[in-house]
Amino acid sequence: MDTVIDIAGLVKRFGHTTALDGLDLQVERGEVHGFLGPNGAGKSTTIRVLLGLLRADGGIVTMFGQDPWHDAAELHRRLAYVPGDVNLWPNLSGGEVIDLLGRLRGGLDEKRRARLVERFELDPTKKARTYSKGNRQKVALVAALASDVELLILDEPTSGLDPLMEAVFTDCVDEFKDGGRSVLLSSHILAEVERLCDRVSIIRAGRTVETGTLADLRHLTRTSVSAELSQAPSGLDGLAGVHDLAVEGVRATFEVDTVHLGEALQALGRFGVRTLTSQPPTLEELFLRHYGEEVAS
Amino acid sequence: MTGALTVLRFHLRRDRLMLLWWIAGNVLLYWSQAVSTDGLYPTQADLDKAAAGMADNAAFIAMAGPARALDTLGGQVAWQASAFGAIVAALMSMFLVGRHTRAEEETGRDELVRAAAIGRHAPLAATALLVVIADVLMGTLIALSLISYGLPAGGSLALGLAAGLTGLVFGGVALVAAQLVESTRAAYGITGAVLGVAYALRAVGDVGNGALSWLSPIGWGQYLRPYAEEQWWPLVLPVVAAVLLGSGAVALFDRRDIGSGVWPARPGPARGSLGSASALAWRLQRGSVVGWSVGLLLGGIAYGSIGDDVADLIGDSQFSKDVFTAAGGSIVDSFYATAAVMLALIGGGFAIASVQRLRGEEAAGFAEPLLATALPRWRWAAAHLVVTVVGTLVVVLAAGLGMGLGFAMVTGDGSAVLRLTGATLPYAVPVLVLAAVAWLAYGIRSRWAAIGWLGLGFCFVVMMFGEVLQLPGWLMDVSPLRHLAQTPAEDFRPWPLAVLVVVAVAAAAAGMVALRRRDVVSA
Repeated sequence: MDTVIDIAGLVKRFGHTTALDGLDLQVERGEVHGFLGPNGAGKSTTIRVLLGLLRADGGIVTMFGQDPWHDAAELHRRLAYVPGDVNLWPNLSGGEVIDLLGRLRGGLDEKRRARLVERFELDPTKKARTYSKGNRQKVALVAALASDVELLILDEPTSGLDPLMEAVFTDCVDEFKDGGRSVLLSSHILAEVERLCDRVSIIRAGRTVETGTLADLRHLTRTSVSAELSQAPSGLDGLAGVHDLAVEGVRATFEVDTVHLGEALQALGRFGVRTLTSQPPTLEELFLRHYGEEVAS
Repeated sequence: MTGALTVLRFHLRRDRLMLLWWIAGNVLLYWSQAVSTDGLYPTQADLDKAAAGMADNAAFIAMAGPARALDTLGGQVAWQASAFGAIVAALMSMFLVGRHTRAEEETGRDELVRAAAIGRHAPLAATALLVVIADVLMGTLIALSLISYGLPAGGSLALGLAAGLTGLVFGGVALVAAQLVESTRAAYGITGAVLGVAYALRAVGDVGNGALSWLSPIGWGQYLRPYAEEQWWPLVLPVVAAVLLGSGAVALFDRRDIGSGVWPARPGPARGSLGSASALAWRLQRGSVVGWSVGLLLGGIAYGSIGDDVADLIGDSQFSKDVFTAAGGSIVDSFYATAAVMLALIGGGFAIASVQRLRGEEAAGFAEPLLATALPRWRWAAAHLVVTVVGTLVVVLAAGLGMGLGFAMVTGDGSAVLRLTGATLPYAVPVLVLAAVAWLAYGIRSRWAAIGWLGLGFCFVVMMFGEVLQLPGWLMDVSPLRHLAQTPAEDFRPWPLAVLVVVAVAAAAAGMVALRRRDVVSA
């Protein structure tokens, strides 16, 4: 496989604080890679190292096989970046900023620029000082999506967008990806990641704690089951992988490690299943479990 | 109005240092005029002689105001300080108003305050009260400082009132401007323009029959005739104007939405023509280059228009001879050598601010999206550095040109334009050395760019007080300005200049290397 971003054991310190502590991340060509973690986990720091804005203190970082610190400008021709907090020169209009960033990146696709301005319902004649956070984000998104690049690096790009605009954003990322191009999407909006991402990496306190496809990760999670049975069940609490069991007459609700789901269902079958609802684990739960442990410890 | 006093207390808490500097600075301006006049003209005969030389110099009158009672210490102080002191008071009021009204709305902080249990007009009322307090305090302290120096109480009071009330009027202007436009910068622009017109009206009026001066708030203050048979009734004019402007601001405030202005913001272009780091750097700094150039051109004209009356102006005392003839040569050339250094140092304000601009771009997060494009970091920085260098040359050139023009206008000696411009321009190089040091500091660590202001302040102290304070020679020699030939009093020498150029280039190069090796600061 063709790896676009390859980070191994990345360390970044700011004075006495260690922001990144041996972080690993691989983004393959053609995939949308979700980059998840709570505030302060090191997502933005990682991205800023990838952009050559910060210098790594340890580990190996390559992008398109090159060093993002030494070959920054050359690499930047092949990528576009949307920061989470878009700050723009207050006295320039949105249109001026889009064109400036596009030209500095090596040119914009005029037709796509026009279509994106329309789709995002952006008024490019307004001065940046009058834009809301969401509109500033749209300016950066239009500039990024209208350039001809192979990689998009997006740092919580929809935090200021309304749901309608989020849908437009999702469509745009899908279209971008259809061209065989790659996206690194940092986010803590889980629905967005579930909807868009092929693979995810979850980081916490500067380290990668989990990485894989959503399906891979679900093996590590629990499915919640709620069943109404013909007769009151017994012995369910002895089953492997069952947690939080509650039995009320003929109703049983529990959570089960996804790998033990089959055995649990067989056991239920012995008591005659009338209704059954099961919920697949959401990324939300995945997330909570990782950070829940942190809270517990 | 509920809550206005709470908001006012909050303003005072935020502004205490700023108020201290503005007020102390302006009091010092008035007080130092008294001290320096005493130093320059120690006897009544000196004063009489100076007064005779000044009273019919139209350029002086245009610059400072009507010449009244110039043969008294008080008259001299009023003449030298009243216009500039009034401008300082006006600027203080303008910044206080802008900072607490439009800037708060622009950043959205205003919403937080307004969401609290306070009246709709409370922020406006608190700002107006703040300006009143600041101007009253400033005027009172000016009067007290002059009385304590030994000047007549009536005149000192009139002079203090003139400053405070002019400040109040421009506070009103700023308050109206803040309702009209959406951006703080534009509000400052409007107020500054009104201030400029007020200064020009009284300049033209004072030189002519005085009628136009009655249209200017600065003129109203001067018509109180401090130390020259004071007349008090013109006090009514600024008070009425301030009340009218204040109520006008309230009326305008009532017809607009929070966050927007009475005049809607003009839209910008939908397509941009900026396509390079250099174009952006120029676009961001051009206003500052133009502003500083115009300011120093006018400053140069002010110095130049003293013409060859220098001898009368600086008097016969040993002190003034020591100060102004330190460079050797004729007293006129020596005076202009000192003036050229002074103007170049003021131009240093542009140079250091320009280096700081880069730091501001980085700290505000504007640099990040740029540096994520194919723009190499060195080219981004170099684009701003070029603007700093070229801008500094232009600003210092404007100062020299102004001085030459002023001199030529008064003396009719056209060759002075080239001579004084040529004599001033070399001082741009030591100023650039200061900028290069600030740049090196910035390269090493973003926040260190502020060191440039320290360097500039140090050079000022060495120049103004180095001899008086008897600073050791090696310490004074740290100032790059000490190493140039004191043109036009001395002949130009290329070598010191060449060495300074090398120092500046070396510091700039080192700064660039350091900048390329460090982390970019995030917003």
